[in-house]
Amino acid sequence: MTIEKTKYKTSDVVDFVIVGSGAAGGILAKELSTNGFSVVVLEQGPYLTEKDFVHDEITVLQEDLLTNHPKLQPNTFRKTPQDKAKPQRALVYGRAVGGTSNHFTANFWRFHEIDFKERSKIGAVAGSTLVDWPISYADLEPYYTKVEWEVGVSGLANASPFDPPRSKPYPMPPLPVKANGIIFERAARKLGWNPFPAPMAILSKPRAGRSACMNCGFCLAFGCEVGAKSSSLASMIPLAEKSGKCEIRPNSYVHKIEIDEHGRATGALYFDEKKNVQLQKAKAVILSANGAETPRLLMLSASNKFPDGLANSSGYVGKNLMFNTGAVSVGVFEEQTNDYKGYAVSRILHDFYQLDANKVGFYGGGGLDARYDMTPIGFAMGGLPAGTPRWGKQFKATLAHNFTRTFEVFGHGTSLPVENNSFSVDPEVKDAWGLPALRLTYKDHPDDLKLAHWLADRSMELLDAANAKQKWTFPIDEQQFGVHLLGTCRMGDDPKTSVINSDHQTHDVKNLFLCDGSSLVTSGRGQPTMTIMALAFRAADRIMALAKRGDLNT
Amino acid sequence: MITELDRRKFLARGIAALGTTWTAAHWPAVVAAADHAHKAALFPENQKWEFFTAAEAKEVEALAACIIPSDGTPGAREAGVVYFIDRALMTFAADDQKTYREGLPEIQKRVHELFPEIALFSTATSDQQETVLESLDQAGTHTAPRRPRATFRGGTAAQPLFEVLRLHTIAGFLIDPDGDRKGNRGGVGWTVIGREPGHSFQPPFSAIDKDYPGWQPASSAKDADKK
Repeated sequence: MTIEKTKYKTSDVVDFVIVGSGAAGGILAKELSTNGFSVVVLEQGPYLTEKDFVHDEITVLQEDLLTNHPKLQPNTFRKTPQDKAKPQRALVYGRAVGGTSNHFTANFWRFHEIDFKERSKIGAVAGSTLVDWPISYADLEPYYTKVEWEVGVSGLANASPFDPPRSKPYPMPPLPVKANGIIFERAARKLGWNPFPAPMAILSKPRAGRSACMNCGFCLAFGCEVGAKSSSLASMIPLAEKSGKCEIRPNSYVHKIEIDEHGRATGALYFDEKKNVQLQKAKAVILSANGAETPRLLMLSASNKFPDGLANSSGYVGKNLMFNTGAVSVGVFEEQTNDYKGYAVSRILHDFYQLDANKVGFYGGGGLDARYDMTPIGFAMGGLPAGTPRWGKQFKATLAHNFTRTFEVFGHGTSLPVENNSFSVDPEVKDAWGLPALRLTYKDHPDDLKLAHWLADRSMELLDAANAKQKWTFPIDEQQFGVHLLGTCRMGDDPKTSVINSDHQTHDVKNLFLCDGSSLVTSGRGQPTMTIMALAFRAADRIMALAKRGDLNT
Repeated sequence: MITELDRRKFLARGIAALGTTWTAAHWPAVVAAADHAHKAALFPENQKWEFFTAAEAKEVEALAACIIPSDGTPGAREAGVVYFIDRALMTFAADDQKTYREGLPEIQKRVHELFPEIALFSTATSDQQETVLESLDQAGTHTAPRRPRATFRGGTAAQPLFEVLRLHTIAGFLIDPDGDRKGNRGGVGWTVIGREPGHSFQPPFSAIDKDYPGWQPASSAKDADKK
């Protein structure tokens, strides 16, 4: 049976227009539409489905099947606001219906209580704008549970002594363990650490008409061809469309939010597939375009009334960008692990979630995971140890030996919010639609780099305890490129130091809401999508409460 | 001029990094394979090419076969890498057409400089071919590995032909054979690296997880160790 899809005219004044169909946009679309509100989702990328999710590394990685394309959408980078930015790729995000949730690794760690109130606990950190969240872990807990049950997360409750409290167990057991998880677990136990089954947004059992994971091995960076990965596309978009109140409109690139003379949002201007400009009218607008495109869109929407960009009275739109700290160590083992089969991560540990700055000499914390996220070509290009010839018999022999005997230990950690770290619009470089390109300004806080080295040291200790035959850490440099795009329109009670309030409503425009990675106040320990999704479920509740009270109609 | 001694040093550097156990186990095979390179092009004389001339195809195949040799297990030649590159230059790698067209004569020039008696790369001996590639390979070995995806995605700066050829040879050897990219014929590249064919696997994935008793909390895990 073919269900006729709901269509709205651009002249229809729908209840909500949502910009972006990813982790947050998909959930908001489902929640609002299934509660009777009319919704149009404008997605800049195409509407791909499971049959499009191939394992061809050229199509997916080199040609950016699922992601922003550097030729159509160039970026520039500079370290500090004093530098002139140079063209270079600065970020990767999902550019298709489902957004980045199509291709994420699916590590679904909840934030812990400390992530919401770290400023109060540790005090000011020099060089950082670190503040507490206006909400607590307890406020978000019911929504984390909702993500686990409605979007689909596999895991084992209370397996980590460091886990925050939860109201319900996971809906599915952990995915089958991988050899790298077992090696990681045994080595970590030797060191007195507490490894546990990784919570993953991948189905370990068939659920809600979706298949369980087939262990194909093309997970990170690829879309799931059986819908086992809990993307918005697999989990939420179908429910939104089934409601009969939601239209997903792909190939719709929003470049301006329309504002009337009273300073209220009236709709979104976008380029359709043929680059014609359209205006979708709406009673309220929600931006879930990700932590780079949401602030860019606000800046592109500058007007006489909002000369510094829409909703930017704080001056914080685009600022306080956090990428998360990361360090990757690699081990080569005697025995075959065959970790190319299956999803990426089966064991993690959180013993270092909260480091004591007085002891280690820097602020921060993080977690470690054992993973294999390298597909064959990528492995051959970058997965071999230093000193290996780059071609010829010895290259081939090393490649043939190591491919089934290598895995990574990935240290994920905090990034401190720094005001200069930002996405802004480049004054010169333009995209294929003639709009100013995204410009990245980023220089890691010194504590973030210290943390990266500290985590790498633990990873190397672990690989040592695991009897790795060879081990190394990829160079730790200042970051010039990001995939976690966090904090750029952060939430707060103070309109001077934040862009949205705890209802995700902009301080400046009453019927304009922002919900995505940009809303985060702190970076967590490296796995932001779970929190972005929980925030989206909560935002939907808050926005519907405001709408029912009539607060959006004044 | 690169001497034979330099070449041996070069090889030794790479092998040292592999660790003694592995080298001891594999060295005889490595040595035995060393003089086993196939020579003849695997494509028919009347093959229709999308980008290359027949002469260029022959040289590219020989270059690819030097990057991933056929040494007892299939190499770039058997994986049909030259077909992959030929199509690549009309599709995703169209920007590299100039690099190939201008770079191939440069490589022949290098062949003449090093071995004045040799007319073409494809007619040189394996040792001579390796010497030519060594002279073209600026980086030598993986000195500072980068995370694979970043490496694979590459930069925007123009790369010399050797680097482009290396990437394309590896990609043509290891690409998903189910697509229409024409690489990794018969999945031989995946077989060489030990990746089973197919896109769906069931545990156990290895001997390590086959006998795993299941996750237990730390305290009971300690008890289990005592028993």
